[in-house]
Amino acid sequence: MRVPLTWLREYVELPADVTARELASRLTLAGLEVETVDELGADLTGPIVFGRVLEIEELTGFKKPIRYCRVDVGGANGTGEPQEIVCGARNFSEGDLVVVSLPGAELPGGFKIGARKTYGKMSAGMICSATELGLWEDHTGIVVLPEGFGAVGEDAIAALGLREDVLDIAVTPDRGYALSMRGVARDVAALYGVDFHDPAEMSIDEPTGEGHPGAIADSALADRLVLRGATGFDPEAPTPLWMKRRLHQGGVRPVALAVDVTNYVMLELGQPLHAWDRDRLDGTVTVRAAEAGEKLETLDHVQRSLDVDDIVIADESAAQAVAGVMGGVDTEIGSTSSSVLVESAHFEPRHIARASRRHQLSSEASRRFERGIDSQVQLVAATRAVRLLAELGGATVESAYTHVHHPSEPTTIAVRTGHAGSVAGIDYPEGTTEKWLRAIGCSYEADGDVLMVTPPSWRPDLTEPNDIAEEVIRFEGYENIPSIGFKGSGRGLTESQRLRRAVGRTLAATGYNEVLAYPFVGERDLDGLQLTADDPRRDNVRLANPLNDEEPLLRTTLLPGLFKALARNVGRGLTDVALFEMGLVYRPRPGAGRAPLPPVDRRPSDEELARIDAALPEQPRRVAVVLTGAAEHTGWWGPGRQASWADAIQAARDVARVAGVGLEVEADALAPWHPGRCAALYVRVGGERVLVGHAGELHPRTVKAFSLPERTAAMELDLDRIESARTKVSAPEVRTYPVATQDVAMVVDESVPVGDIGSALAEGAGELLESVRLFDVYTGEQVEEGRKSVAFALRFRAGDRTLTAEEAGAARDAAVALATERTGAVLRD
Amino acid sequence: MSAPNNSFDPVEVTPLHPDEVARMREEALAAIEAAADLAELKEVRLAHAGDRSPLALANREIGALPPAAKAEAGKRVGGARRDVGQAVKARQAVLEAERDERVLVEERVDVTLPWDRAPRGARHPLTTVAERMADVFVGMGFEIAEGPEVEAEWFNFDALNFQPDHPARTMQDTFFVEGPEGGESGMVLRTHTSPVQVRSLLTRELPVYVVAPGKTFRTDELDATHTPVFHQLEGLVVDKGITMAHLRGAIDTFVESFFGEALRTRFRASYFPFTEPSAEVDMECFVCRGASMGDPDAPCRTCSSEGWIEIGGCGVVNPRVLTAAGVDPEVYSGWAFGLGVERTLMFAHGVRDMRDMVEGDTRFTSAFGSEI
Repeated sequence: MRVPLTWLREYVELPADVTARELASRLTLAGLEVETVDELGADLTGPIVFGRVLEIEELTGFKKPIRYCRVDVGGANGTGEPQEIVCGARNFSEGDLVVVSLPGAELPGGFKIGARKTYGKMSAGMICSATELGLWEDHTGIVVLPEGFGAVGEDAIAALGLREDVLDIAVTPDRGYALSMRGVARDVAALYGVDFHDPAEMSIDEPTGEGHPGAIADSALADRLVLRGATGFDPEAPTPLWMKRRLHQGGVRPVALAVDVTNYVMLELGQPLHAWDRDRLDGTVTVRAAEAGEKLETLDHVQRSLDVDDIVIADESAAQAVAGVMGGVDTEIGSTSSSVLVESAHFEPRHIARASRRHQLSSEASRRFERGIDSQVQLVAATRAVRLLAELGGATVESAYTHVHHPSEPTTIAVRTGHAGSVAGIDYPEGTTEKWLRAIGCSYEADGDVLMVTPPSWRPDLTEPNDIAEEVIRFEGYENIPSIGFKGSGRGLTESQRLRRAVGRTLAATGYNEVLAYPFVGERDLDGLQLTADDPRRDNVRLANPLNDEEPLLRTTLLPGLFKALARNVGRGLTDVALFEMGLVYRPRPGAGRAPLPPVDRRPSDEELARIDAALPEQPRRVAVVLTGAAEHTGWWGPGRQASWADAIQAARDVARVAGVGLEVEADALAPWHPGRCAALYVRVGGERVLVGHAGELHPRTVKAFSLPERTAAMELDLDRIESARTKVSAPEVRTYPVATQDVAMVVDESVPVGDIGSALAEGAGELLESVRLFDVYTGEQVEEGRKSVAFALRFRAGDRTLTAEEAGAARDAAVALATERTGAVLRD
Repeated sequence: MSAPNNSFDPVEVTPLHPDEVARMREEALAAIEAAADLAELKEVRLAHAGDRSPLALANREIGALPPAAKAEAGKRVGGARRDVGQAVKARQAVLEAERDERVLVEERVDVTLPWDRAPRGARHPLTTVAERMADVFVGMGFEIAEGPEVEAEWFNFDALNFQPDHPARTMQDTFFVEGPEGGESGMVLRTHTSPVQVRSLLTRELPVYVVAPGKTFRTDELDATHTPVFHQLEGLVVDKGITMAHLRGAIDTFVESFFGEALRTRFRASYFPFTEPSAEVDMECFVCRGASMGDPDAPCRTCSSEGWIEIGGCGVVNPRVLTAAGVDPEVYSGWAFGLGVERTLMFAHGVRDMRDMVEGDTRFTSAFGSEI
């Protein structure tokens, strides 16, 4: 809502020294957020004066007709001689009153006026158009003023209202009343404690009879319809300058008087009006629901298929307007319409909101109707409009008019006088609530400390005690709410929340940089991952309105986002890049239906809630890494080391270790990993082996598809499953007797995973084993072809004695025996 | 045991003669003092304090003396040996200190050599800022609540008093999830963290003090100031006797802990369907503290010379929301707030372009390290 300050001051006795900026800041705090204060004409300087065209000489021989004018500007030019001005406009005659900017003047936009030679003549100044003056958009010529508007040579800046401060208010959806000068003015008057003159207060005579026949077919669609006619209207009558200027300042384009009047009244009172050419209407005007298949061409020249939920204004032949949204072309008021019928109605807001969305048509009218307008101002607005048509367009107001009304019970709200204070945490003085109720137009009856409040017809947003509280608190000042400390009942972070932080810190400490990738993916990404057609990771949640049609799916794996971030880093010249992400993936549940929408006037049943959650996809939390380049740099200390599959698997081990969970690693072949360099990762949940993810080097085709450096490695783990494997740590027995170390070298087929030998040794070594660690893997001359030698260091220790060499040796032998039995590894001699 | 040799004259045993003992002592002390390094000292020690040294040999002679002479000779020789032994120790200490000093100097390294052997990593600053924000409230007795990112419309809208036709429902540009055969699914990518309010009220015991940091989604194209995926921190308190003054207390604590002591905050009346009364929250600009307002000579880039910075929205939980979540609004009341994590990071650390937080460039992330 754009509010010109001089217009506002017509309704509010605002102290003269209140500036637009100060008012803007008060309004903003009180819930009418002023986004900008437009200081129109602030950059404008005179002399800009009224002038009379004395003589016009038509210059020929140029590409367009040009006029050389002598204009009387009185003494404003210092000489009293007529001003000589070259002008390209043709919409004026000798004797016309015009606006002249003299040399030295500066028009809006930094347009400096001087004297210069043009078209072979000296031109000193300019005869101005409305656009040049910043009055309104008009490219048809200069401004020709009605006789008597101003005296020749007098300053025109103030007389034309070229300087004006306009507040641009972003009205929230609940405050429909503030989409009118009247509504804003009432709040301003309340804020400053000054008098308010309601522009809707006017005396209206009872109708002398029925006007144009009108009807509301269904009171659920509208509860009030006023039709008021004006005859003998001069369709050529111009809109006065003051009205055009206010419309322009209010953000509405001036068109022609009849339409301008309806728009002006809308800005003034908040009631959208429609002006019909009565001669084009066929019989009774009815507010009804659209019929199936009904069509209408709206004023924007779009053919619209109407929905049975749309409200239409129809005559006896067809629908003529989408009610509250936009009129139709057939009954558009035209340049010959002399009989005007003003329609003023109160439609059901939700119908208008739906229609506006359905037709993707948001108009000044629909914005007001859907937020809720004054349900009683219709007759006032229609009357104001026809009186303006009479005053400005020579029409005669018909004393007979139509007023259809389906009354409804007014709402009352029971609110305790102390309620606002208990919401705000302030002890307001007695009578505070009542004072503000009166200021916003509520009536009330007191019953002890309870007020039975009847909101005014322009405040349909007031329905509950907290609505009343908000009104009281905003006028008392939100800024006056005190700040009070307190202590909640929380008990800190959950185990899972602490684990996630620790995992993030660990990965960061081991060289990984966290990214937060978008979850949007496309078929191309899934193909790039080399997923087979039946891979469950191709079962994605799909968006109905993706930002990018190439990426309409939600991720089922974190990897594509990481790959793209890695490629971006490499593309920017970084060579050693290690990234991680922790986040949700989205996996639709098979057969999940539509999520239900239970009513909100009660708690949903457990069954309803279960059905909602059953419709939602599974959203497990994953952690993934991707890395390329140097895992260790080359430096003065020696050579570095390239990142490889082993780092990716180690990242998984590190994550598992943070959780205190053992990770079992096994060879696997799963896309997008290299089939020979892919590990499946498992944890134990109560004895059950559970797959938690994969790690290794990426498949060369995936590397190519995502433009990654060769040998890029990656890992992805299901963090929720890791978590489910966590068990409570029981404190270990710390043995203090001396350690006995035994090294074991064994020879085994190359195909046997080292991990199997290690775990067999550990299991076979028995209770004395403290640790087992692989320290060498060897293939080459010393061992047969197809075999490898693996060396482990075993440490033994007892809790109650120093182990003898025999005891340690026996434990080692037992370990070796089991490893031999399980894997065929034999002790190397 | 031999019989005492009373006729033996000690004076006549040359090595035990006082002059001779004194000479040996002086000789030993001079040699010790002259030892230039530890190796020389070792030789000197063997020569003058070892088993074969003149004083040691003299000591053996004492046994042969008559008892009357033994004591005096023993005292004389013992004293000399003690002096020599102490001199060796003292010289040893001096020479070791000299050696240590020399060796440690020789072993000096260039400690400015870098050891960037393993590349460094970092957590994303949005993660760490969100954690820090949450922790401010955890310190006030809030717990951290969570909810799904693909959310039911009922939780995202209906339960939060977004009526099906309310204009507010179109105020937010929502990603809708496609249903079977392209129909409606009743699901969206949550447009705010507020559905966690309802989930918390449905599942937790009252009173509820929770914050919910998390990802949220709206259909904005990525540019310097917009991103379709962003982060919010929701706060919710539902208890008996809760007022907006407590809400302001919570907000003030957050602002002070992030942006500085004694920064003013202000509430502006506003509208959200799920709160009534509702407010926007501004904090005083932590850079100019309002000094740039109306002073064209000292403009403030942080607050665009407005003096205030909008940091979030808040309000009293609409009783309809409590009702939908099964909480009796006659008994309980509460409030909620929503803060932007990106916004907090941008202001607290001067991030100028939203894209830096999105693209995953490690040069951006690593500047922040593992904690913020």
